[in-house]
Amino acid sequence: MFGFGILTGLTFLPLVGAAFILTLKGESEATLRNAKWAALLTTIVVFLLSLVVWGRFDTASAAFQLVEERAWFGAGLTYKMGVDGFSIPFVLLTTFLTPFAILASWESVKFRLKEYLVAFLVLETLMIGVFCALDLVLFYLFFEGGLIPMFLIIGIWGGKRRVYASFKFFLYTLAGSLLMLIAILAIYGKTGTTDIAILLETKFPPSMQIWLWLAFFASFAVKMPMWPVHTWLPDAHVEAPTAGSVILAAILLKMGGYGFIRFSLPMFPDASAYFAPLVYALSVIAVIYTSLVALVQEDIKKLIAYSSIAHMGFVTMGLFTLTTQGVQGAMFLMISHGFVSGALFLCVGVIYDRMHTREIAAYGGLVNRMPLYAVTFMIFTMANVGLPGTSGFVGEFLTLAGAFVANSWVALFATSGVVLSAAYALYLYRRVVFGALEKPSLQTISDLSARELVLFVPLIALTLYYGVRPQPIIDASAAAVANLLQSHTALANAAHVVAQAAQ
Amino acid sequence: MSFSTALAHHFLPETILALGVLALILIGAWRGTRAFGLVNELAAGLLGLAILALFFGQTSEASLFEGAFVDDAFARFVKVLTLVGSLVTILMSRDYLQRAKLGNFEFPVLVVLSTIGMLLLVSADNLIALYLGIELMSLALYVVAAFDRDDARASEAGLKYFVLGALSSGMLLYGASLLYGFSGTISFDGIAKAITGAPPLGVIFGLVFVLAGLAFKMSAAPFHMWTPDVYEGAPTPVTAFFASAPKMAAVAITARIVFTAFPGIVGQWQQIVIFLAIASMLLGSFAAIGQTSIKRLMAYSSIGHMGFALVGLAAGNEAGVRGVAIYLAIYLVMTLGAFAAILQMRVEGRPVEKISDLSGLSRNNGTAAFFLAMLMFSLAGVPPLAGFFAKYYVLLAAVDAGLYPLAIVGVLASAISAFYYLRVVKVIYFDEPAPAFDHSPLSLRAVLAVSTLFVLGFWVYPAPVVEAATAAAKSLF
Repeated sequence: MFGFGILTGLTFLPLVGAAFILTLKGESEATLRNAKWAALLTTIVVFLLSLVVWGRFDTASAAFQLVEERAWFGAGLTYKMGVDGFSIPFVLLTTFLTPFAILASWESVKFRLKEYLVAFLVLETLMIGVFCALDLVLFYLFFEGGLIPMFLIIGIWGGKRRVYASFKFFLYTLAGSLLMLIAILAIYGKTGTTDIAILLETKFPPSMQIWLWLAFFASFAVKMPMWPVHTWLPDAHVEAPTAGSVILAAILLKMGGYGFIRFSLPMFPDASAYFAPLVYALSVIAVIYTSLVALVQEDIKKLIAYSSIAHMGFVTMGLFTLTTQGVQGAMFLMISHGFVSGALFLCVGVIYDRMHTREIAAYGGLVNRMPLYAVTFMIFTMANVGLPGTSGFVGEFLTLAGAFVANSWVALFATSGVVLSAAYALYLYRRVVFGALEKPSLQTISDLSARELVLFVPLIALTLYYGVRPQPIIDASAAAVANLLQSHTALANAAHVVAQAAQ
Repeated sequence: MSFSTALAHHFLPETILALGVLALILIGAWRGTRAFGLVNELAAGLLGLAILALFFGQTSEASLFEGAFVDDAFARFVKVLTLVGSLVTILMSRDYLQRAKLGNFEFPVLVVLSTIGMLLLVSADNLIALYLGIELMSLALYVVAAFDRDDARASEAGLKYFVLGALSSGMLLYGASLLYGFSGTISFDGIAKAITGAPPLGVIFGLVFVLAGLAFKMSAAPFHMWTPDVYEGAPTPVTAFFASAPKMAAVAITARIVFTAFPGIVGQWQQIVIFLAIASMLLGSFAAIGQTSIKRLMAYSSIGHMGFALVGLAAGNEAGVRGVAIYLAIYLVMTLGAFAAILQMRVEGRPVEKISDLSGLSRNNGTAAFFLAMLMFSLAGVPPLAGFFAKYYVLLAAVDAGLYPLAIVGVLASAISAFYYLRVVKVIYFDEPAPAFDHSPLSLRAVLAVSTLFVLGFWVYPAPVVEAATAAAKSLF
């Protein structure tokens, strides 16, 4: 339509739903119900459309597919969209999880519901756009644009310290991204284009790569988030409403990893190799330190937030090993963490909606009154720990396998994180779910409602399915990973040849 | 070209305004105090007519009046912006002035007179025309700053602006005399031709004084001291005027003079411009943090934005001028939109101007709240809003010219300034509601809506602005 392709339709479809909700007038019960259904249906249609995209996608090819390109700002800047093996899993993850975010807010949002739904739909557009954009500036637009709705979601519908958390989230991310903007401008100045497909073929001089890599790193490390720039995340998670936490953990964090795999690794290979030890160090510190921090948290959401940072440490470590296992494991871990962390925040949301507290100490013995909930929470806790048979295991195992190939010391320290994750996750589970149901306030707590069950069943199914049969996700990105590593190997060989010639 | 054809073609907007304003004065003198509404509308009509004359007028380049006046694409681009700024000011001011019992016909007349000065300034091609344009613009501005003459703050604002403005005019004149003395000519081209090789010290001094004088007019730090007080003290429509049209003209003439009179000594003026840019950006971001008055906040915001516009100028190339032109256009829209919202801040008939008064706007008037919040995000330069592209183009030019430190200071300043723009959003959306605002006139709501839609939709179809700015930049070189 109008010369645009399916990806444009996919990206901007949520805006249509948002526009519809904006036309609804009044605050009556019926209006709000209509708004909710409109939002849910929009996100479901978007998900179905993304399945069509997935159907048209050829996993055997490493090239960009479904590409659409149009003149936009004139020289250099074009409107170019497309997907490859690295981006399509994230597109699907986004479209899959957004309906859950809408469902999770079905009853918990008490005021300004229409604006809330609009914010989520706009956010979905921007998230899909990030993963589909094939122009650096277009990417930046979507990447940064997501700050506005997320800032409002945390700030308006968040908890007590929402203002502090939203400002911290916004300013941290903005400061990091602005340095990336300088790098984008420098790239444009050097090559005269911002077309990602062309830039991936461009060889930047090593001295320039160092600076560009650092600038991109500043942005992605904050987004990821990596130690020591992770401090915005626990605050943002704790204060955000449940659905905001889900989207934040499941998708927004993945933009950092996606950025590394899309830009840093292939475009600046020399710098990536040069800085790999730095990334290892930060990753290992993140894994161990944040796991230890998670162990002493009193707030359930904060604990899961720290656990997310630890998992993202595995991801960055896996990516920079530049081995097949490492990169595929990182991809897998990101997708799996999308389900699992999203589901964990939904689990917290379930009891928060009932008790309005996230203090671990306020709970205990939930298994007595909420057996279904106990099972659900257990499955996701185990997946978070990385128990074999859940999707969490595959990713962690692959990244560690990659790390052993690259650097066994890194692998040794990182593996201790697996033990620590078991410690904090099981400790949390025991305190919340097991024990005697002593607290008077918990005596009347009810088990999962039908809506909540609908929410969890698909996530449980996927977590277990991909734990047993990880092939679909791995296959999706296999060609792209092979392509990435091949160009790296070629580069390393070339460097080797040059070194030999110099002798 | 004969004098009459020149008037009819390349000098058409100025002719329309000059003849029209004389008629306005006659009407005002004839009908006295009752004339305000009529004169106001006629003035808006005149400005609109001048914009049409620019849109459908000449597209060629011409030099008039023995080289005192040049009409090129750059001048036309900035003139449109200037005229839009004045026109919107007139449209927005009527209700405010009438309620404040300031509905005198002199206000629209002075705005139009000042606008003529700006148009002459934008087209000035020699030092005399430059000075005449600046003085015509400023003399009218001094008066409108103190337009609320019974109000101590407004009188103070007018006086302060007058004294500092006179000082800056003096500096400009002194610089111009040095330039004339050392180059033997007043024409910009002539000065460029006269400076060959290393410039004499007198030319450097002249350059510095001229740039300092112009920096006063565009309120670039460290010549910004008048800005917050004048913005705060002057009646709000006047503040909107100060923040929009005169800045366009001042930045434009700065660009013109450095590129046509000093193209051979880029290195000399570049360091001055870089200094002005860095100082303005940093001051604009840090000093605004502690403000409680929205008008003072906008004052520091405008200082910071002028710093950004100067980043493009500092690049010293065509891409930089294009960036400046785009920046001015987008800045104009954002500022006018923001002031349209500020002018709506009126509780029980009295204007309020504290940032905290904005709280609860989201619950009392959701649309206005959303619009103002988007304008704030845009002023902060968050993509995909227009404010981002303004910054994008100037930073692009700076990076292209190798000015990495300047670009990095720029983005850091931008991140810091995001804090106080966010604070406004926070007050609007996150805080407990304050009393609702009165119902505001259609003109304000329309300006706010149109500017926000521009800011939101700019990225969808940016070509008109970008292409016009590209053509404008080309004509300077």
